[in-house]
Amino acid sequence: MITLNCPYCGPRSHDEFRYVGDATKIAPPLDAGAEAHFDYVYLRDNPRGQHVEYWQHIHGCRAFVKVLRDTVSHAVLATGLPADTLSAAEEGR
Amino acid sequence: MPVSRYNIWSLIGQALRGHGGWTPAWRDPEPANHYDVIIVGGGGHGLATAFYLAKNHNVGRIAVLEKGYLGSGNIGRNTTIVRSNYMLPGNSRMYEKSLQLWHQLSQELNFNVMFSARGVINLAHSDAQVDAYVRRGNSMRLEGIDAEWLTRADLAKELPYINLDPNMRFPVYGGLVQRRGGNARHDAVAWGFARGADMMGVDLIQNCEVTGFRRTGGRVTHVETTRGLIGCGKLGLAVAGNTSVLGEKLGLRLPIESHVLQAFISESVKPMIDHVVTYGAGHFYISQTNKGGLILGGDIDMYNSYAQRGNLPTVDHVLTAGLAMVPQLSRLRMLRSWGGIMDMTMDGSPIIDKAPLDNVYLNAGWCYGGFKATPGSGWCFAHTIAEDAPHAFNAELSLSRFETGHLLDEGGKGPTPNLH
Ligand SMILES: Cc1cc2nc3c(=O)[nH]c(=O)nc-3n(C[C@H](O)[C@H](O)[C@H](O)COP(=O)(O)OP(=O)(O)OC[C@H]3O[C@@H](n4cnc5c(N)ncnc54)[C@H](O)[C@@H]3O)c2cc1C
Ligand SMILES: [Zn+2]
Repeated sequence: MITLNCPYCGPRSHDEFRYVGDATKIAPPLDAGAEAHFDYVYLRDNPRGQHVEYWQHIHGCRAFVKVLRDTVSHAVLATGLPADTLSAAEEGR
Repeated sequence: MPVSRYNIWSLIGQALRGHGGWTPAWRDPEPANHYDVIIVGGGGHGLATAFYLAKNHNVGRIAVLEKGYLGSGNIGRNTTIVRSNYMLPGNSRMYEKSLQLWHQLSQELNFNVMFSARGVINLAHSDAQVDAYVRRGNSMRLEGIDAEWLTRADLAKELPYINLDPNMRFPVYGGLVQRRGGNARHDAVAWGFARGADMMGVDLIQNCEVTGFRRTGGRVTHVETTRGLIGCGKLGLAVAGNTSVLGEKLGLRLPIESHVLQAFISESVKPMIDHVVTYGAGHFYISQTNKGGLILGGDIDMYNSYAQRGNLPTVDHVLTAGLAMVPQLSRLRMLRSWGGIMDMTMDGSPIIDKAPLDNVYLNAGWCYGGFKATPGSGWCFAHTIAEDAPHAFNAELSLSRFETGHLLDEGGKGPTPNLH
């Protein structure tokens, strides 16, 4: 099991959450051009290692939670709100 | 050391000698300094590609570089379902070529891959799903692929063990069957292609991880590996779940996410499930192995992962769907579970294409379904590498389709890789 620390509800099992996906993708302005939109919709870094991602606490407070997680060990390195910048240094906070 | 062909006489001869005289099925060569074609990845697709390159094309010296042992990836971890029941011709042409190759693969490889055309049945649980499945069946028939509709009464006869109670939460309305589909022995497929390729002179190099590339402009000249630097004329990638990792080293950004898919095997029981059957109100598929175990699976775990192991909520989810369809599963013990890393694309369909570099080719994006594609994918990828252009069968499985909007999204799910 993966335990995610919801900023509102505290530590919860990941099956209370829906996985949303890569949190580094930010919608470009509508007039940004086809290439920027293609990148946003389709291209993913898909790192083997640290990945910043969104999960939604659908069986809880429904908040979107930002998570820094290792895709090999599944260890959660940091969690926060969508506007937060996460770094692995916050581990064990 | 030429490997001998297997036949009834070699079997009898060995039986009389206590089977002590069998030689290894392939060589274990040292890497040469240079190959005309290097294939990275000794899974099903890499080995099949090398086999068809050597058999059908004249490209010179070929090597397959595998970081572990042959067949240590998804080819040795899957639930072995083989079918070509796709709706979109861009997919079904390659998968149907593959199914045709499956039907004569044991003869072609001189190796028993235990292909069994036992039929693949997809159950439907609502009017809308019946319409969608019948439409898919009709699309298949327009492409000359077999598809047949089974009513509830037909299903009661063919699948006496499934729950047909009309009052269940998701009652069964009927099913689409592809009788030419079925399953095969996964390891034997890897071994058969490996042995076949080796017999034609392909070097299969194990414990050889590719760690980087040397380039001159758009041309890859050398592959850096844990067994030294190896020169290449052409380079083909067939590394399934690790495609993004190697792609990044080539400067490629790809429409792929890696996810973990689990599978489960039960204790052995007497013959019970004669077909491959899938549950349509959730995601669940089951068949019975030759040893009697029930092999089953369902959804991926849904989050990005490079770990070849999954988590318990998915176990619960998969088996809940399984129990709804086959209630007597509740009496069985599961023996083992494991995971493999799926290369999930943004439209759920694979990529067999030239990469946007001078001499690099890409075979990736197999999602849940690359085992069935093994012979067809190898055949098409070999053609693409040798001819420097895709075959008609894989023309639509292009990398550029995401940019141009020519997506192959069978399920109409959009750019959400974990839902395909
Ligand atoms: C649990 C599970 C169930 C499945 N069920 C089905 C099914 O029922 N039907 C179906 O059609 N498909 C199924 N699949 C999908 C199918 O197994 C895969 O799509 C297919 O095997 C992928 O192609 P492959 O065989 O070449 O991959 P792999 O066997 O994974 O081969 C890729 C190889 O590349 C090697 N590699 C990676 N990086 C490097 C490197 N840097 N250097 C050298 N080598 C490297 C890996 O070690 C690996 O051996 C399933 C998969 C899983 C995990
Ligand atoms: Zn919460």
